[in-house]
Amino acid sequence: MSALLALRNIWVEYGDKVVLERVDLEVEAGSFLSIIGPSGAGKSSLLRIILGQEVATRGAILLDGTPLTPECGPDRGVVFQRYSVFPHLSVLRNTVFGLECAKAPFSARLFGAARRAAMDEAIEMLNAVGLGDSLHLYPAQMSGGMQQRLAIAQALIKRPRILLLDEPFGALDPGIRADMHLLITRLWRDYSLTIVMVTHDIHEAFALGTRVIALDKRRHDPHAPHRFGATAVYDLPLRNKIARTTGGESMLPINNTLSIS
Amino acid sequence: MRWVNRQVPRRHRILLGSLPILLLLLLYIFMAAQRHAANPADKILPLPGGMAQGMSALLFQPDQLSGQLLFWADTLASLQRLGIGLGIATLSALVIGLVLGVLPPVRATFGPLVTAIAVIPPIALLPILFIALGLGETAKIALIVIGIAPVMVRDIMAHVSALPREQIIKAQTLGASSWQIMIRVALPQAMPRLLHAMRLSLGPAWVFLISAEAIASDVGLGYRIFLVRRYLAMDVIIPYVAWIALLAILVDAMLVFLSERLFPWAHGASH
Repeated sequence: MSALLALRNIWVEYGDKVVLERVDLEVEAGSFLSIIGPSGAGKSSLLRIILGQEVATRGAILLDGTPLTPECGPDRGVVFQRYSVFPHLSVLRNTVFGLECAKAPFSARLFGAARRAAMDEAIEMLNAVGLGDSLHLYPAQMSGGMQQRLAIAQALIKRPRILLLDEPFGALDPGIRADMHLLITRLWRDYSLTIVMVTHDIHEAFALGTRVIALDKRRHDPHAPHRFGATAVYDLPLRNKIARTTGGESMLPINNTLSIS
Repeated sequence: MRWVNRQVPRRHRILLGSLPILLLLLLYIFMAAQRHAANPADKILPLPGGMAQGMSALLFQPDQLSGQLLFWADTLASLQRLGIGLGIATLSALVIGLVLGVLPPVRATFGPLVTAIAVIPPIALLPILFIALGLGETAKIALIVIGIAPVMVRDIMAHVSALPREQIIKAQTLGASSWQIMIRVALPQAMPRLLHAMRLSLGPAWVFLISAEAIASDVGLGYRIFLVRRYLAMDVIIPYVAWIALLAILVDAMLVFLSERLFPWAHGASH
């Protein structure tokens, strides 16, 4: 049992407003962590910290035991609620982009055999997310659900250590959302991904996650509500879920009661 | 039915759109005819026949001094200046706007300078340009460039820096460097905007071109207009102005066509 990602005493402050305080978190490899909480509880801030888009005011983040640089990199993939595909590239070119960046530092374009190999890899990934028939569409020609499928394929082709999802299905209608839940569960299992998902949908959090964390303020000062930040108030490993999806022994310590830390 | 809901079919639109133009033309001819009825030698509002007569010398008869067909020489000279000026301005807008838009430290360093240059009225710089660069082509092209480039730079800069943050982050998680983000994410998305900025700059570019030609030149559409003004030659000025308008419309239509053809994704059209 190895902690892939570890957050140690993370604080996030904007000016004198405390958003997150004393967040300690360990994410096991292969787990699907859902983060829920009321609006403004710092769910997205936490995700941005893990992503490297923002720097924590205090604390350390370790990936495989080494501190993360405060910058985004290919070890952490992301799918945002919107705007995470490139509107000027077709589906196929959107997916190939990640491969091109790694292999062609100056031109960011591949040619000849390398290009064909990258295209094949991208097509395989697009087939896995169900976009095999839409290779040459532009994002503007696709529905929201298809755009999110593309965003997932784009991220997965880089084989990230952790996939971060920021309310990825929040803008989709319920039918499409159910399809996307099946898709992400299948991908999570097939590619043995480690996923951290922020959502405001509590059903989604429990349906998908192997562990659910609720962020909220543990203390509240009525005269200065901004001076106390949110932290993980509930941490629920979902035992049955793990047994069902991995078909074996639980990988997480089990608490039968809600552990109110 | 409310007026906001009334859609006009395409053929009606052409008819409706040409109606005011035709009415204005009719009004002009009516007033010109009235003046000519009072004074057959009137120069202020020439009739179409008079304009054709005035223009035919410039169109078909070589100039005694230079041996050129003046109308075509004027058109060529003006379009060349406009083209070079617009080209330099567009290229610098793309490069500077892109770098300033993508890289915050560069924006912090040079953004205020671009703003400062942009607020100087270019015509006020005209004497400096003539003194520094002489009365030749360079000064005229420089006026066009200085006149339109800062606005275009700021437009491209604003557009690029307003690209969704998510896209830039996403590109980084796909392993892109600053350079790769610049050429693969920002540059292609700046291109349709650049053509749009060219369209908007075309009007000011003509203004600066005509101004420069009016002050110091020996050939050009603006030069000719300001030359024949001394003889009250409205029969030449009016066709020249109409010709300039036609050229401007053609260039504009060409830019729209190019943008839709080259960047279908920006116009919501299919590939």
